[in-house]
Amino acid sequence: MPEPAVTVELAALHGLTKEEWERILAIIGRTPTYAELGVFSVMWSEHCSYKSSRIHLKRFPTEGPHVLQGPGENAGVVDIGDGWAVSFKMESHNHPSYIEPYQGAATGVGGILRDVFTMGARPIANLNALFFGQPDHPKTRHLIRGVVKGIGDYGNCVGVPTVGGQVLFHPCYDGNILVNAFTLGVLRSDRIFRGYASGVGNPVLYVGSKTGRDGIHGATMASAEFSEETEEKRPTVQVGDPFTEKLLIEACLDLMAEDVIVGIQDMGAAGLTSSSFEMAGRAGSGVSLDLDLVPMRETGMTPYEILLSESQERMLIVARQGRENEVISIFAKWGLDAVAIGEVTDTGRAEIYFQGDKVVDIPVAPVSDQAPVYDRPSAAPENHEVAPALDLTKIPKRNPQETLLAIVGHPDLCSRRWVYTQYDQSVRTNTILGSGSDAALVRIKGTDKAVAMSVDVNPRYCKLDPYQGGRLAVAEAARNVACVGAKPLAITDCLNFGNPEKPEVMWEFSRAVDGLADAVRALETPVVSGNVSFYNETNGNGVYPTPTVGMVGLLENVSWRKTPWFSKDGDAIVLLGENRGHLGGSQYLWVLFGIEAGTPPPLDLEREKALQSLMCLAAREDLVDSMHDCSEGGLLVAVAECCLAPRSDVGAKLALDSDGLRLSALLYGEDASRVVATCSRSKVDALAGAAGKAGVPMAVIGEVGGRDLVAQIDGKTVVDLPIDEIRMAWEGGLAGVVG
Amino acid sequence: MKVAVVQFWGSNCDHDAEQWSSRLFGLDTEIAWFRDRDLHGADLVILPGGFSYGDYLRCGAMAARTPVMDAVVEHARKGGLVLGICNGFQVLCEVGLLPGALLRNSGLTFLCQDVHLRCETVDSPFTRSIPENAVLRIPIAHGDGNYFTDAETLKRLKGEDRIAFRYVDPKGEIDPDWNVNGSLDAIAGILSEGRNVLGMMPHPERASEALMGSADGAVILESAIETLETAHA
Repeated sequence: MPEPAVTVELAALHGLTKEEWERILAIIGRTPTYAELGVFSVMWSEHCSYKSSRIHLKRFPTEGPHVLQGPGENAGVVDIGDGWAVSFKMESHNHPSYIEPYQGAATGVGGILRDVFTMGARPIANLNALFFGQPDHPKTRHLIRGVVKGIGDYGNCVGVPTVGGQVLFHPCYDGNILVNAFTLGVLRSDRIFRGYASGVGNPVLYVGSKTGRDGIHGATMASAEFSEETEEKRPTVQVGDPFTEKLLIEACLDLMAEDVIVGIQDMGAAGLTSSSFEMAGRAGSGVSLDLDLVPMRETGMTPYEILLSESQERMLIVARQGRENEVISIFAKWGLDAVAIGEVTDTGRAEIYFQGDKVVDIPVAPVSDQAPVYDRPSAAPENHEVAPALDLTKIPKRNPQETLLAIVGHPDLCSRRWVYTQYDQSVRTNTILGSGSDAALVRIKGTDKAVAMSVDVNPRYCKLDPYQGGRLAVAEAARNVACVGAKPLAITDCLNFGNPEKPEVMWEFSRAVDGLADAVRALETPVVSGNVSFYNETNGNGVYPTPTVGMVGLLENVSWRKTPWFSKDGDAIVLLGENRGHLGGSQYLWVLFGIEAGTPPPLDLEREKALQSLMCLAAREDLVDSMHDCSEGGLLVAVAECCLAPRSDVGAKLALDSDGLRLSALLYGEDASRVVATCSRSKVDALAGAAGKAGVPMAVIGEVGGRDLVAQIDGKTVVDLPIDEIRMAWEGGLAGVVG
Repeated sequence: MKVAVVQFWGSNCDHDAEQWSSRLFGLDTEIAWFRDRDLHGADLVILPGGFSYGDYLRCGAMAARTPVMDAVVEHARKGGLVLGICNGFQVLCEVGLLPGALLRNSGLTFLCQDVHLRCETVDSPFTRSIPENAVLRIPIAHGDGNYFTDAETLKRLKGEDRIAFRYVDPKGEIDPDWNVNGSLDAIAGILSEGRNVLGMMPHPERASEALMGSADGAVILESAIETLETAHA
C-alpha cells in the first residue's frame, strides 16, 4: 500500500494544529515521513504530552523525606522503612472502556500493572475507581457488567488481588464513563528500576507479546471528544492477554534480580514510539532501531503501524552490553520473545530503519520533552459566584426512617458485594482488610508492616467548587487510610476532566489542582505519580470534574489495625469531630430530591490533620475498637454502615442533641473531619484525654447493642429500625442496576 | 518430610502454597517446574491454584499434559500424597487422578468469597485431624468450580466415602443458597480411590492464620503432616 503524501492537511487529520505542524518542520528541517508524522502525532497528543496540564501540574508538591521517586517515571516510589518501599500509580482508561467495556477495563489494569512492576516492584494490590451514568440509563448495565468482568478477569488471572475501590453513578457520565485503575507493588528501596536508555552501545531489547495492528492511535483517540461516530473507533481499543502479562511479570522480576539491565519501560500508550523516545529522552541519549527485528503477529505491517501499535503486554529493555543473552534466556524460561532490535547511541536522535530504509530520523529531545506546552485560557463559569444556592426552607421534611433506607439502598452507597465478589481479593495471602473497609490493608510479608490504600473523590463537590472538592478528596482519602490506623504517606491521582479547550473546563482543572495541592501540602502527602485524562466529553457534554485521589498509608504494625464495624455490646459510640449540619452538595439532597446545590462542606486542614494524628494514636494505643469515616450520607448512614458487619448485624442506640440543627441536617449533613468510633466504657476517659490534647472535639453519642438501630434526638426517638431491614435495603441496592 | 509445590506457566497461588507450607508450618518446601519430572523427593505434592496457561483452553487441560504431571501421577500411583487446590483440582480431574469435571459456576461469574465447608469424612490423610462435624470457613476464588460427574460415579464416590467436603450453611446444613457455584450434591472436594489424592476448590492456604480472617484451613495441612509423621515413625 503506498503511503499517503504528508501535508498540513494530513497532519490535521492526525490531530496536529497548524502551529504544531510548523514546529515539526522547524525541528527536522524538512517534511516528515509518514512514520515520523505518526510519531509526532502520538507523542504530542494530549494523552502522552500533557500539553494542556503540564504547567498546572507543576504546582503539586512532589517531594518529601520518604519520596524515592516522584512523577515523571513509570510510577512513584515511597520508602516505608527497614529497606522496603512501595511503588504505585493510578491511570485512566476511560475512552476505551466506554467503547468496549470488557477489553477497555482489562487493558487498563494490564497497563497500570506494567507501570508498577517496571519499577522493580512485585504488584500486591489493585484498586479502581469507576464512574458510570445514571443507574437506569440504557447503557449502564452493559457498561458496568463489562467493566467489572474485565477488571476481574485480568486481575484474577495475573494473580494480583483487587482489594478496594469506588463505584459511583451520575448522569454526567452517561456518555463518558470513567475507569481509573490503581496498582501498588512492593520492592527493596535500593532496587528501583527506571526508564533510562543510557550507555552507548547497550542493546535495546523488545520483550513480551508480538506486535499486531491493535490499538493504533489509542492515545490520539483519548485526546479528542466523543461523538456519534465513536462506536466506529472500536478497532483502536487494545485486547488484553493476562496470561502473557503474568509471564511478563515473572520474567521481569527474575530479570531484575540479576544485574543485567540499565533501563526498562512499558510499551503503553503509543507503544514502541513513546517507550523508545521517553527512555532516550530521560537519558539524553539516542537510539537506533531496526523494525524488521520486531516480533510480529501479522504480516504486511508498515513502519507507521509498527511504531504506533498499542499491542499489549510488551516492554522495552536496555541491557548491559554483552548481557543480552541472559535477558533472552530468562524470557525463554517464561515462553516470551526477547529480541535485540537496536542499540543506544550518542547521536541524540532516534534513527529507525525498515527494510533497509531509514524511516525515522528525528532528534529525541524536542519530541519527548519539548512537546508543545499550552497555557490554555481559563475562566470561571458565568454562574459560578452565584452557584446554585441552597434554600433549606424549601426542602420538604421526610420520614427519617424512609430517608435512611433510601440513602443506604442508593446505588452510590449500597453494598458493592456484586462487584467485589467478582474480584479475587485474597490471592498472595496478604489481604488483611479488603472491600467494605474504609481503606484496604495489605501486609508486607517478612515485616510487621501493612500498607493501607483508598481511592476517593466526590464529583458533586468538585462540580459545585472544584477547589474545595479537590481538598475534600485528599482529606477523605487520608481519613479513610487513618481509619484502619495507618499514617497517610503520599498520593497518586487521576485527573478526569472535559475538553481543555473550553475555558471553564480549564478553570475547573486549575482550581482542582490548587485544591489537591493545598491539601497534600497540609497533610504532607506529596503527589508521586498520576495521570490526566481530558476530553471526557460527548457531543459537547463534559463529565463533572473528577480528580480521583489514590492515598497510600503505612501501618507500622499490622496488629494495630482497626475496622469500621461495631463489635462489642456496651461499647460507647463516639463522634470525633463536630456536627454542623452542612447539607450543601449532600447525598441526602441528591437521593431524596435530585438537588445538587449549595457549597461543599468547609474543611480546616489543620483540624483534619489533628484528627488523623489522633486516629493513628488511638489505633496504636488501642484506645478504640472501631473507626469509620463519616462523610457521604452523613452521621446516621455512617453509623448504619458500622452496624452492617460482614458476618453479623450489630445494633446501636444513638442519643443526639440537636443543638438547634434541623433533623435532616443533623442526621445527613456531610461535615468534613468526622469519624465514628467505638471504645469500651473503660477507655472513654483516655480517648477523651487524647482528643482534648489533640484539639479534636469528641462526644459520646450512643452505645452498641441490640438488634436495632435507634436514634433519639433531644430524647425523642426518630429512628427505630431492625438492622436486618437496613441490611436488606443496603444489599439490594445494585440489583436493579446490574440485573 | 518434604513438600513440592508445582509451578506451571500461569500458576498464581504457587507462592501462597509455598508460604503456607514453609513459613507457617516450617516444612522443607521446593518449587517443581512444569518442564521437569523432578519432585525433589517430595512426600506431599501441592498443585496450586491460579490460571495455568491462562485457562485459555479448558481449565487444567494444558497443565495436565506437562512433563511434571507424569511424575505427579507416578507419585500418586505409589500412594504419595497429592493436594490439588482450585486450578490444581481442575488439573487432577484433567489428568485422571480424580473423576468428574469443574464446570462454569452456575451464576456464570467469577466468585471470591468465604464459603462454609462440612468435612464429610475424617478417613483420609488430609482430614484425619478435623473434628467430627466441624464447619470450616475458607474462601473460594474461581469461575469454574461447579463440580459435575455422571450418576454412576457420584454413586461410587458416595459409596466409597470419597466426598471430602460439601458446601453448607454456617450451621453445617446443606442449603442450595450456600452452594454458591451450583456443584453437584454440593461437592467442594473429593478423594481418589486410594484416598491419597485430594482435590478441592476452596483455598485452605488463604485461611490458615487469624490475621487473614480465618485459620480454619490450617487443619488440612496439619492432617497431612500427621499422616506423614505417623508413616515415618
